Amino acid sequence: MKILVAVKRVIDYNVKIRVKADHSDVDLTNVKMAMNPFCEIAVEEAVRLKEKGVATEVVAVTVGPKAAQEQLRTALALGADRAIHIETDERVESLAVAKLLAKVVEDEQPGMVILGKQAIDTDNNQTGQMLAALTGLPQGTFASEVAADGDKVNVTREIDGGLQTIALTLPAIVTTDLRLNEPRYAKLPDIMKAKKKPLDVKSPADYGVEVASRVSLVKVESPAERKGGVKVASVDELIDKLKNEAKVL
Amino acid sequence: MSILVLADLHEGQLAGATAHVVAATQAIGGDIDVLVAGEGVQAAAEAAAKLDGVSKVRVADNPVYAHQLAEPMGALLVELADGYTHVLASASTTGKNVLPRLAALKDVSQLSDVIAVDSADTFKRPIYAGNAISTVKSDDALKVITVRTTGFDAVGTSGSATVEAVDVVVENSQSSFVKEELAASDRPELGGAKVVISGGRGMGNGENFKLLDGIADKLGAAIGASRAAVDAGFVPNDMQVGQTGKIVAPDLYIAVGISGAIQHLAGMKDSKVIVAINKDDEAPIFQVADYGLVGDLFEILPEFESKL
Ligand SMILES: Cc1cc2nc3c(=O)[nH]c(=O)nc-3n(C[C@H](O)[C@H](O)[C@H](O)COP(=O)(O)OP(=O)(O)OC[C@H]3O[C@@H](n4cnc5c(N)ncnc54)[C@H](O)[C@@H]3O)c2cc1C
Ligand SMILES: Nc1ncnc2c1ncn2[C@@H]1O[C@H](COP(=O)(O)O)[C@@H](O)[C@H]1O
Repeated sequence: MKILVAVKRVIDYNVKIRVKADHSDVDLTNVKMAMNPFCEIAVEEAVRLKEKGVATEVVAVTVGPKAAQEQLRTALALGADRAIHIETDERVESLAVAKLLAKVVEDEQPGMVILGKQAIDTDNNQTGQMLAALTGLPQGTFASEVAADGDKVNVTREIDGGLQTIALTLPAIVTTDLRLNEPRYAKLPDIMKAKKKPLDVKSPADYGVEVASRVSLVKVESPAERKGGVKVASVDELIDKLKNEAKVL
Repeated sequence: MSILVLADLHEGQLAGATAHVVAATQAIGGDIDVLVAGEGVQAAAEAAAKLDGVSKVRVADNPVYAHQLAEPMGALLVELADGYTHVLASASTTGKNVLPRLAALKDVSQLSDVIAVDSADTFKRPIYAGNAISTVKSDDALKVITVRTTGFDAVGTSGSATVEAVDVVVENSQSSFVKEELAASDRPELGGAKVVISGGRGMGNGENFKLLDGIADKLGAAIGASRAAVDAGFVPNDMQVGQTGKIVAPDLYIAVGISGAIQHLAGMKDSKVIVAINKDDEAPIFQVADYGLVGDLFEILPEFESKL
């Protein structure tokens, strides 16, 4: 089966962002960008399914500016076979991404689509679920284990109370959680080879999808800063402060 | 305005989160209905009817909604959403699993993890691991929202809403429940606990988490963990506090052997008082801790427990 993987270009997870002085948005100038960590896990899972002989082809897709091709090349270096770039400079919300991905699903007819559970910039945690609803395919979100077997897949999910395993008919939509796998690093020869793998460039208009959203960003502020407090010298002092100063004991 | 709240269930009972979501709903204003869907959920429905401010509880009690699988739950919400201006759920793993399906099928956006209500169409939500707070305005006809429970104090339980059965039954042949491994614990639930003590990679192994037990017993605390502690297999995933785990805001949060990465801080920095115990006096956790104690946790924890 073919596997479609959705990858998003986001700020590197180590970077602490700043809000612009005019509060219009966060400031991303000269900030290090990378593949969303949950998408790295998605690519890794797809590549492993190919290595196991479950998958025959892995197609990576992204929606974003020209520079997002860097993340597609990374996916190709990690083992994806080809890539689709839906190019736009707009701020594209999860719903529009899901609509675009639904069109790609229609074209490509994958047996499984793997997405991250959450993009670490918007922290939305929506796109996979929306894609499942729009395509009418079942969903296994927050996956820590994916076991495909014939025309079914068992997905173990990280839920608030522990773990839940569900069985889905294929094709299905899966979103990754942190414990699904540990992504590999791309090797230099693979990075070189990735430059020659096919990468198709499309536009949202090619798919007939309107990306503008009815949600507007009014302003962006910094959260209330927490001030570091004091260092205490001993357990006794800590207990004293908690009892008599903070009054939480 | 007329608002529908999807109730959260925990092992068939009404979960504490729902009272916080109803509080968010009151901040929007309007009539409040609560949907309780599952199998054998009559008791949960009665508990929901007592939440202050709720006018009607709608109960969909049918085996197809057992375990609140996404496909039937999404289809049920789509059937019921007409006439409502807003549909809210908590940002639990169930709310996150189900609500985006309703939004997509109604062709509207979803606002995730809302922490404050400015008006009926304008809300605040954290982005970038809580390092920025965005104010967003939705012009969608239906607002679909998940609520971060730490943003709203729970409503009281002196209400008496009417309870009414919903007889919508949907088909589901795509997904089925196989099994669940739920953490059994007598401790308070992480999201609602007044005191949380969390261990990180510094705990060394799972066995050492027992050092937190006695303290948690004495303080009535819930026990949490960093991602590193979960990834290393010290403790199960449901204990992870952070950007991509659970969000907590207790009166007292004690971080033990946790360095204080932004992803961890995102899950606990709204706690009232933060204590950090770490042997590295430059660990970033000290920048947010009200009280820091530099030292070896293996010496500090037993002493702390015995002196409490
Ligand atoms: C996509 C993504 C999502 C993430 N989501 C989360 C999340 O939700 N929650 C989360 O927590 N992390 C999350 N992380 C991981 C995060 O970046 C950090 O790696 C993690 O929080 C580190 O955990 P830690 O502090 O336990 O480990 P470390 O950073 O290794 O720190 C261990 C600390 O223990 C101290 N220590 C060691 N031995 C002792 C001792 N004997 N006595 C006292 N102190 C000692 C050390 O000084 C050190 O400060 C995420 C990362 C990514 C990329
Ligand atoms: N612009 C995008 N391009 C490709 N995939 C995306 C995009 N935005 C979101 N996704 C996918 O959806 C997942 C969850 O994102 P979100 O729902 O926005 O938090 C990401 O991990 C990606 O797999």
